[in-house]
Amino acid sequence: MAGAALLGRLTWLVAEAVGAVQETPRVRTLVLEADGWAGHQAGQHVDVRLTAEDGYQAERSYSIASAPGEPLAITVEQLEDGEVSPYLVGEVVDGDRFEIRGPIGGYFVWDGSGDAPVLLVAGGSGVVPLMSMIRHRAAIGSSTPTRLLYSSRSYEDVIYRSELEDPADGLEVFHTLTRSQPPGWTGYARRIDAELLGEVAWPAADEPRVFICGSTRFVDAAADGLVAMGYPALSIRTERFGATG
Amino acid sequence: MGIISRGFRGRRQEGPPDRVPPGQYLTDDFPVLSAGPTPHTPLEDWTFSITGGSEPVSWTWDELQQLPRETVTKDIHCVTKWSKLDTIWEGVSVDTLLDAVQHDAGFVMAFCDGGYTTNLPLEDVTDGKAWVAYTYDGEPLDPEHGGPARLLVPHLYFWKSAKWVRGLELRDEDEPGFWESNGYHLRGDPWLEQRYWGD
Repeated sequence: MAGAALLGRLTWLVAEAVGAVQETPRVRTLVLEADGWAGHQAGQHVDVRLTAEDGYQAERSYSIASAPGEPLAITVEQLEDGEVSPYLVGEVVDGDRFEIRGPIGGYFVWDGSGDAPVLLVAGGSGVVPLMSMIRHRAAIGSSTPTRLLYSSRSYEDVIYRSELEDPADGLEVFHTLTRSQPPGWTGYARRIDAELLGEVAWPAADEPRVFICGSTRFVDAAADGLVAMGYPALSIRTERFGATG
Repeated sequence: MGIISRGFRGRRQEGPPDRVPPGQYLTDDFPVLSAGPTPHTPLEDWTFSITGGSEPVSWTWDELQQLPRETVTKDIHCVTKWSKLDTIWEGVSVDTLLDAVQHDAGFVMAFCDGGYTTNLPLEDVTDGKAWVAYTYDGEPLDPEHGGPARLLVPHLYFWKSAKWVRGLELRDEDEPGFWESNGYHLRGDPWLEQRYWGD
């Protein structure tokens, strides 16, 4: 399974933007078409390379948001002092082209197999690779019991908000809004802690598979909390992001 | 040169070109890449071992502190594209550790708390190229950055500088470690941009 699509050299492909969705004020999804793209697994990412007129280049990695088999889509959060993300979020229009290379990563992936329940824990734009898994789950008609615990700063910062309001059978979505909450908010309203995990996470005895993605601090808090609940460390797969501008 | 991305100019950080490998950008942060939870092994239970030689050798945490220590200033390069210049580490040279073992191995597999491994040719960890580092920037190494001790092999992509390292297994043949089995390059030279399989 792991990285099976990566046996040959990953060559740079020309990708053309063919659609865009403004997910939040700072987050945008780009739908891409690339001749030669070999497909991906849910949870993988792709390298993006931009080239200026004088040949200057900048590369970054972005998680793939779409399910395997769907048109390739990446979701990008604009970072204040970023170099590539402001271009992808604010500049790119349909028909623009840049280069991509991938898919990358063979560990933080979910192929839909197995009976164990799946716990997805997302902080901010860490939801992107987990959304690929959620979409894959729906696409293959999986009945794997799945829970998403998703921490955002505010209601306006929730990526894929409307799609997550109507989850497929067997998928439960739990939001927590850490900075501000709209009037009448009934979800959680604090950073993820032991008590919150105890209410949302499956008991360790159910032997869930866990995918956590977010900032280093977020991932460590969630992973440490699950280990304290008795989750084996090797059942917890993490992806952390720091500066990826 | 790739195709031009319309209207892209870039931020053009002023990095010395002989110190920033292709495809990398400079950061002042210290991002983290880990596949699982951060292990927390108490120092009294911690050992560093070398296996696969004439006989296994092992140091406790206190014994490791008694070995000659070196302070090195190195540039580091993560496969996720960031590079960080002039990072300051303190630790024990892998040469010093290997001096305690008789062997004719050509490769090592570093093994770590959390079950992670990474493979290295012996020549990439000898002759002053690798350390078992236990301080960063003058402070004990944070668990999130691999503390209490991590391997430091700064001339290769930083995943080779295995966090939470607990020992080296001497081997006759090269075999992929954890990330190397998951799509990443067997050796990982940033100047050759050896990021992924086939690079």
